[in-house]
Amino acid sequence: MRIKSPKDFWAGLMFIGVGAFFVAWAATHYQLGTAVRMGPAYFPILLGGLLVFLGVLILLESFAMTGPPVPRFSFRPLILISLACVVYGYVMKPLGLVGATAAIVIISAYGGHEFKWKEVIILAIVLIVFSVLVFVKGLSLPFPLWPAAFD
Amino acid sequence: MDAGVLSNLWIGFGVAVTPINLLYCLIGVMLGTLIGVLPGIGPVATIAMLLPITFNLNPVSALIMLAGIYYGSQYGGSTTAILVNIPGEAASVVTCLDGYQMARQGRAGPALATAAVASFFAGSVATLVIAVAAPPLAEVALKFGPSEYFSLMVFGLVAATVLAHGSLTKAIAMVVFGLLLGIIGTDVNSGVLRFTFDIPELSDGIGFVVVAMGMFGTAEIIANLEQGDKREVFTAKVGSLMPTREDVKRAWPAVMRGTALGSFLGILPGGGALLASFGAYTLEKKVSNHPEQFGKGAIEGVAGPESANNAGAQTSFIPMLTLGIPGNAVMALMIGALMIQGIAPGPQVMNEKPELFWGLIASMWVGNLLLVVLNLPLIGMWIKLLSVPYRYLYPSILTFMAIGVFSLSNNPWDVLIMAIFGVLGYICVKLECEPAPMILGFILGPLMEENMRRAMLLSRGDPFVFISPAKPISLGFIIASVILLVIVALPALRKKREEVFVAEETPKI
Repeated sequence: MRIKSPKDFWAGLMFIGVGAFFVAWAATHYQLGTAVRMGPAYFPILLGGLLVFLGVLILLESFAMTGPPVPRFSFRPLILISLACVVYGYVMKPLGLVGATAAIVIISAYGGHEFKWKEVIILAIVLIVFSVLVFVKGLSLPFPLWPAAFD
Repeated sequence: MDAGVLSNLWIGFGVAVTPINLLYCLIGVMLGTLIGVLPGIGPVATIAMLLPITFNLNPVSALIMLAGIYYGSQYGGSTTAILVNIPGEAASVVTCLDGYQMARQGRAGPALATAAVASFFAGSVATLVIAVAAPPLAEVALKFGPSEYFSLMVFGLVAATVLAHGSLTKAIAMVVFGLLLGIIGTDVNSGVLRFTFDIPELSDGIGFVVVAMGMFGTAEIIANLEQGDKREVFTAKVGSLMPTREDVKRAWPAVMRGTALGSFLGILPGGGALLASFGAYTLEKKVSNHPEQFGKGAIEGVAGPESANNAGAQTSFIPMLTLGIPGNAVMALMIGALMIQGIAPGPQVMNEKPELFWGLIASMWVGNLLLVVLNLPLIGMWIKLLSVPYRYLYPSILTFMAIGVFSLSNNPWDVLIMAIFGVLGYICVKLECEPAPMILGFILGPLMEENMRRAMLLSRGDPFVFISPAKPISLGFIIASVILLVIVALPALRKKREEVFVAEETPKI
């Protein structure tokens, strides 16, 4: 058998994996109960089973019908955009809103096509000022402004 | 129309025209127009971004603003579609076909004016449709028991997958995936922590806003970045806005048809602006005496879809407001907004919070008026915004998303989850799995489980309770779902469904 539609093949595998995981985890950790009094495992096992079934259907389809290949992943934006968000979250407490905003702008800008330090710095300053005015002063969200060491 | 509707609307207008609500309505429609003009960010991501902020507002103002973003984006989307041939919004894809041709023939002004007036007319009619149709529907919904609710949700989810483009099996699988993710957290019946893996942050489940922002926000940015930064620069002049007598004669029947079709398609689960505009364009082409002019600047091709998408955007609030069931991803977010405010969505909202319900509806008409008055003079400004390069835009969007998500609980955890769902969303784009059905499943997961458990308890474990003749409404929903699935699975219609969506290249949700 040859894979004719790689997108469906991988999608099918993904759904089978997710469904099987939910079924297995629920079956080993929670009570099934009965149809009248359903336990916490009942609904997840039902749905997980359905997802595995659908995944198998999609997988079988991928051998029968021709489809386009999976397009290449662009790892640069994928990694840098995701990283920018995570860094923002974790540096907010130690570095404050100013540091976190600078970090998310610089890292995410690095994930784009053109990176000019001057433009990026200006953009970061504009966004910091805007965030402080709107979110901290205007909507009074409780964010620390400056790095904790400055206090 | 009976006096009840009028007096209800009167209450509504009393709420909608207070200065504070007018201000939020204005903010909403302006923001909506802005994101409608800008390709690459749509109403779903914007509303998700603003959800955490609405926590500080009163519920009426919050909903008025968020609703304004949705229908406002339909106005903005048509502006870019006509002037630069870029659909700022997925629902404006068909407006590009004839609107841009009109602009190339030097008739951008009449095209823009037609789009604006058509949208306003449709918005006004849709407001009345909601006011008339919602109360009786809510009345019926109040009598629903758990089995009816369960079957209704099945029907809603099936309809949403049928209308998603691409493989039907994949869309259903995405719904189930969403339902499973919705289960994560504390089980309300037993208090057991499910799938939380001893992570305390997961005991309340995964935040809906966080999932939506990852799947629609960061994933979208990543996908846009791999395409390069290309923007057409607009040079044509807008010129006179006045349509000719001939234009008016051709446009108004199209506006009528578009409004009627859009209002109807908006109410259907899975419907909304997108489906309405595609449907209206097809309809106009069918009924026209000169179908050969379509794609070459036929004014009906602007008037029909533009009225339909605005009508559909508004009437899609009906199932959300009366049944508590979201028909599309934007409505799922609206339900999220209600829940943030501590309001359980459902038919009881209309009776318990009349000022919220009728205020929101009246604000839609006010918002449409603001849009038509403000937008035509501001077209020049919106077009200037289009020249802002994406390399400035996306770090800004990302920053606002991160602030919004972080402020949910002042915890880096939520931002981490957003990033993870961004990666998942990107993988789904690559594998052609639609994220919208997953979001609907995600929000309905806990509700479905709850109603299924209750129904099974009441029926003493008989699974046929959902299709028993003693429950005709429940049976009807299940039959309707099966019919829908069968229709779509038939090969002939399957081809037709693909044709409808083929015009759409990269939908910006």
